[in-house]
Amino acid sequence: MQADHLDGNALAGPLAEIFAADVSVAVSRCAACGLTGPVASLHVYDRAPGLVARCPGCEEVVLRLVRSPDAAWLDLRGAVTLRIPLGGAGPGAVASAGGEPGADR
Amino acid sequence: MTTFTRGFRGRRRGEDDRLPPGQYLTEDFPVLSAGPTPHVPLDRWEFTIDTEAGQTHRWTWPELTALPYEEPAVDIHCVTSWSKLGTTWRGVSLDVLFEDVESTADYALVHSYGGYTTNLPLDDLLDGKAWIAYRYEGEDLTPSHGGPARLLVPHLYFWKSAKWVRGIRLLTEDWPGFWETAGYHNYGDPWREQRYADD
Repeated sequence: MQADHLDGNALAGPLAEIFAADVSVAVSRCAACGLTGPVASLHVYDRAPGLVARCPGCEEVVLRLVRSPDAAWLDLRGAVTLRIPLGGAGPGAVASAGGEPGADR
Repeated sequence: MTTFTRGFRGRRRGEDDRLPPGQYLTEDFPVLSAGPTPHVPLDRWEFTIDTEAGQTHRWTWPELTALPYEEPAVDIHCVTSWSKLGTTWRGVSLDVLFEDVESTADYALVHSYGGYTTNLPLDDLLDGKAWIAYRYEGEDLTPSHGGPARLLVPHLYFWKSAKWVRGIRLLTEDWPGFWETAGYHNYGDPWREQRYADD
């Protein structure tokens, strides 16, 4: 029998339209059960009016995405956090080059 | 499945007249779902109506299926753009279930096994417009299509016809449901093409 859902890699394309970073490689924490794991491991139900990503542990909704012709609707209330890996040139790198923000030098 | 020849179709009321704007005709019955399919044993199944005053009306499976039923033949319209004409169901009219329910509420929040919700004005459930359906095309309603029982409200987009229906909460204020909080239209009239919240 065909699986009734996809894995979280199915979110990569639709979310790439919204975020600069690849959210499918982020780590999410489920607001219902606390399970932490890669977004790619979520269970994605796509045969629906939108994308519904559920926790592989408790099946609660972690993320919903609806794309209308002129907008995207993103619901992340089922995720406590997303840890999104980024490159080294973030604010920390700027601070080490230019000093602590607000520091009196 | 019943099939019609082109000639026979041609003598019926034009199919185009029965297709709301932006919809296409399908002969199969696509399965759409926002989550895993719940499997509810009939001996533990129940349907409830909760009023705004805190009263609960409750039906077990034998109680529901002992009620007078109707066999509506209706066209259904999914917001993902497919429509299916002349589907036949068996179910209990909500008018029967609401006979002894005292309420002045204007809104209904339908909830399902599995956690799905959808909202609509209470008026849209009454006067022969909605059923708790448990048979489809002469067969028991399968779990993939919402069995053992689903709401059937064919005059609105089909996401309002909640699969695996478990109950209805009557509310004095509108409370948007699963898709209504995620960009879909609060009412969802296919003839006015009310797909998204901004439509």
